Amino acid sequence: MRAEDRSGWLLSAPYAAFLLVFAAYPVCFALALVFMHWDLVRAPSFAGFDNVRLLATDTRFWRAVLNTFVFLGIHLPLQIATALTLALALNRPLVFRAFWRAAFFLPVVISGAVVAILWNALYATDVGLINGLLARAGVAPVPWLTDPSLAMPAIAVMVTWKNVGFYVVIYLAGLQYIPRSCQEAIAVEGASAWQRLRHLTLPLLLPQTILVVTLSTINGFQLFIEPYVMTGGGPLRRTFSIVLYMYTNAFSYQKMGYAATIGVALALIIGLVVAIQRRVIGKAEVQ
Amino acid sequence: MRLFVRAALYLGLTLAAITFIYPFLWMLSSSLKPPFEFGTLALIPGSITLDNYRIMWSRAPFGRALANSVLVAGTITAAVLVLSSMTAYAMARLRFPGRRALNAATLAVLLVPGQLTLIPLYTLIVQLGWIDTYAALIVPYLCNATAILMLRQFFLQIPQSLIDSARMDGMGELRILFTIFWPLARPPLAIVAIFTFMGSWNEVLWPLLVVRDQQTMTLPQLLTVFALGGGAGTLGVSLAASMVLVVPVVVAYMFLQRYFIESMAGAGVKG
Repeated sequence: MRAEDRSGWLLSAPYAAFLLVFAAYPVCFALALVFMHWDLVRAPSFAGFDNVRLLATDTRFWRAVLNTFVFLGIHLPLQIATALTLALALNRPLVFRAFWRAAFFLPVVISGAVVAILWNALYATDVGLINGLLARAGVAPVPWLTDPSLAMPAIAVMVTWKNVGFYVVIYLAGLQYIPRSCQEAIAVEGASAWQRLRHLTLPLLLPQTILVVTLSTINGFQLFIEPYVMTGGGPLRRTFSIVLYMYTNAFSYQKMGYAATIGVALALIIGLVVAIQRRVIGKAEVQ
Repeated sequence: MRLFVRAALYLGLTLAAITFIYPFLWMLSSSLKPPFEFGTLALIPGSITLDNYRIMWSRAPFGRALANSVLVAGTITAAVLVLSSMTAYAMARLRFPGRRALNAATLAVLLVPGQLTLIPLYTLIVQLGWIDTYAALIVPYLCNATAILMLRQFFLQIPQSLIDSARMDGMGELRILFTIFWPLARPPLAIVAIFTFMGSWNEVLWPLLVVRDQQTMTLPQLLTVFALGGGAGTLGVSLAASMVLVVPVVVAYMFLQRYFIESMAGAGVKG
């Protein structure tokens, strides 16, 4: 055996073993679990299509899917708009640019659990900071997290706040590739600031926008700790997320087969939604 | 006009920065306020009290959780640095049968959403009898595909002549990796270390599944359980508990913010 072969295998053996046990096996077993009933106590039994049938008709699951789309419907436009605005502002010659960028990025480094607990306090109806500020402006207290139609939007705003710094960095990286001379050239042609943004900057930032949409969609489908801490999925299950439902099925109901089925369905939904988004945005570019 | 635009720009940036920083200052100040003062907007408490901290410390094992978090995140980070650079070195600089397959598998792993494998991993941990152990928190995170690809990319750029002359001197591959590659690869290693440590430090869904015993909980999990289970009693106590998790991160972030931003943004884009 060649010495290089042996060193190559030895060096990568731990990783190869890890891949088999913690990546390949779980993926295969997830697919197997779809066809099983298993409560982790008794031996698993064959379930046929029971789990799939249950999923198709489970209003609580589809409620969670709908909730996620409500979340994304608010979160995506808001995330793009705020990230783009802040990135455009930071892209100008500035004093203390590093400070501004670091300030916007701060919530990204903080644990989601802490952010959820903090915003629980900010949103609190009676003693919260937000209602306190509103009271100064003469607005009556708003029940942010207990009103069924407000709870999910409130969470969407919070998640936007937490992640925006991350997407600002992505947009800033894209803006650095747009040469200043390009901007100046079309300014000389008489293009207004708005026209420059609309016809030069935005189209050139399309790759970043696709990335922002994809990453925040994937992130949105992973929504868990925010409803878990802030609302428990309520009021009226309006903030119940798919991952929270999966967790509940596994942890509280001991239904491993059904929980894994939700996981597989979630992976498929994410793949489908991201593929559709890319198509739509790609078409918009051609037009 | 120019001056007006610049003034508006700085005003806007200041307002935005306040939106991101003020809630954390409010959290600090609220954690120091006595309960009757909690609803007030004042950033400086009328009377400062450490009661919230005393209550939180006495009601749940936060000291232990802090130690657990350091142990878990530290072990994972060290393991990821060593194992990922070994794999990345083999993939970048050694020719051996199976290298291509390993590369393809690593790229494929990045495409698998975590939700798909969450439940099967959980059942695996149950079957291994690892519930309520550190192994459950650490072992599934020992290798990291993003880290491997990042380091591989860097290792590809190191000149072959360095390896050749080291081999001529009789050095083995592991010594070449740790005495020649590692000193050259400090920036990417720092990036990997930060995002691995932060990912583990902030993780809460996985611990919630595999740990039920308070003595084994990491900080974010104990904090979540504590705040939800009513152990905290008041929001002030919850916020005091949150401070234990936030302060080390914010202090590190203040000194290393450039590395944090580069690391966490880079890992998110690739992973």
